Amino acid sequence: MSGTGGVRVAGVGMHPWGKWGRPFVQYGVHAARAALADAGVPWSDVELVVGGETVRNGYAGYVAGATFAQALGWNGARVATSYAACATGAQAIDTARSRILAGLCDVALVVGADTTPKGFLAPNAGERWDDPDWLRFRLLGMTNPAYFALYARRRMDLYGATSEDFAQVKVKNARHGLENPYARYRKEVSVADVVGSAVVSDPLHLLDICATSDGAAAVVLVSASYAQRHGLDAAVRVAAVSTVTPTFPNTVLDMPQLSTDATGAVGEPEHTFKESIGLAAYEEAGIGPEDVDVAEVYDLSTALELDWMEDLGLCKRGEAEAVLRAGDTTIGGRIPVNPSGGLACFGEAVPAQALAQVCELTWQLRGQATGRQVEGARVGITANQGLFGHGSSVVLAV
Amino acid sequence: MTATPAIEGWFTTGPEPALLADRCTTCATAYFPPTASGAGFCRNPACGGEEFETVELSRRGRVWSYTDAQYQPPPPFVPPTEPFEPFALAAVELPEGLTVLGQVAAGFGVPDLAVGAEVELVVEALHGTDEGDLLIWRWRPTGGTA
Repeated sequence: MSGTGGVRVAGVGMHPWGKWGRPFVQYGVHAARAALADAGVPWSDVELVVGGETVRNGYAGYVAGATFAQALGWNGARVATSYAACATGAQAIDTARSRILAGLCDVALVVGADTTPKGFLAPNAGERWDDPDWLRFRLLGMTNPAYFALYARRRMDLYGATSEDFAQVKVKNARHGLENPYARYRKEVSVADVVGSAVVSDPLHLLDICATSDGAAAVVLVSASYAQRHGLDAAVRVAAVSTVTPTFPNTVLDMPQLSTDATGAVGEPEHTFKESIGLAAYEEAGIGPEDVDVAEVYDLSTALELDWMEDLGLCKRGEAEAVLRAGDTTIGGRIPVNPSGGLACFGEAVPAQALAQVCELTWQLRGQATGRQVEGARVGITANQGLFGHGSSVVLAV
Repeated sequence: MTATPAIEGWFTTGPEPALLADRCTTCATAYFPPTASGAGFCRNPACGGEEFETVELSRRGRVWSYTDAQYQPPPPFVPPTEPFEPFALAAVELPEGLTVLGQVAAGFGVPDLAVGAEVELVVEALHGTDEGDLLIWRWRPTGGTA
């Protein structure tokens, strides 16, 4: 793993997810102040602020790190801004980590926050005939849930997954999130509730698909020497941050593309893009899937959680349904997945979501995840994928 | 009133319509949508090609996966009917080694599809305008299986 000292998670904080109808800056500042208080680090000690850009369906540009720095009260910190769609928060962590590892600073604050519109995420107004994210709506009517449904349908036709399997992911995550004070939906859901809800894009029902939410998350990263000098409880270590891009030819259809690369000249790559995201994280951390105690993965749909279990090597290809049915991914099972309740309980707040995953793992590894604790967790992994070849995986360890 | 392609240069509209790809004359990688020639270089990182020829892609392929839209997608989608009627979508693997999304031909839905099933490219109206229909490529099941 990255040195004996490395980069430490000194503090984490969140604003509860919901539909609050307030400016995202308020949420971000709330989360940032909570993370600083959790760390016991004064704002005046923060030397770098990295903000996640607030986005609309892949379009960046609504906020920069400086917005949060100003809202917290100018302290002269350096600033950076990240945009990597759903992986924004992890890329922001990577920026902060790199500057700490380079010895350029000791304390960095990473913040992501969003206020989301209701309904389908849609592209910005205007005509853009060279933009695949605009063209997929204009030419095909291809929404985000339609992509999720393509992946879900493959699991049914290739591996025999059922709508009830997908529903069981929601049932599990709803139960996991019951005691999470930051979750938006904290209510038991039954298989009948899920399969009885309206079909959005066959085979996915409304309750198979995550909502869009307002929310914010923040992480305070420090050098090991700063933690030691200030007597901080910073046992949680950033063991890896993977933000790899796909390798040509990218042969699995990715949102928002209308097609894949062709394998004509170059053969099929050894690993898919999503597999490579996790593999890079494992390699950097010097561990394998068998070392992972807990995972927070991007359940944009219920079926996608099953894909991620296989992409991260937590089970073999085509076996995720069996592992789910056996209860292995439930808290108390072999490899609990989404103990936070996942996107099923949160809804997606894009620039905050990858940070929220890191917050949850930090609480899990510290043994502070009240009501949803994975007992004895020492290594956790996150995974997500977003538009335009963005994806990330973070490994935390104690 | 004339029918015109919804987007220029992506597909032909004759009796045997086909998608149009930019094929690299150096490594033979085919690109659809045909945007590689405009960019001016081949996206295969192992290839230095800068020349492309326009080729027709195979008209038949195998379904990689499929779904439908049971709610009206947001703009810039233009609903062809009022009220909105659900339509199916398929991602299709072509012999050239790429997978291409498309709507499924009118009259066909999810029950008519399966992973591995054969489909054929057709051109149909995406929606009408004051000047005539806008045309789009679609995938029509042939009844053949994998």
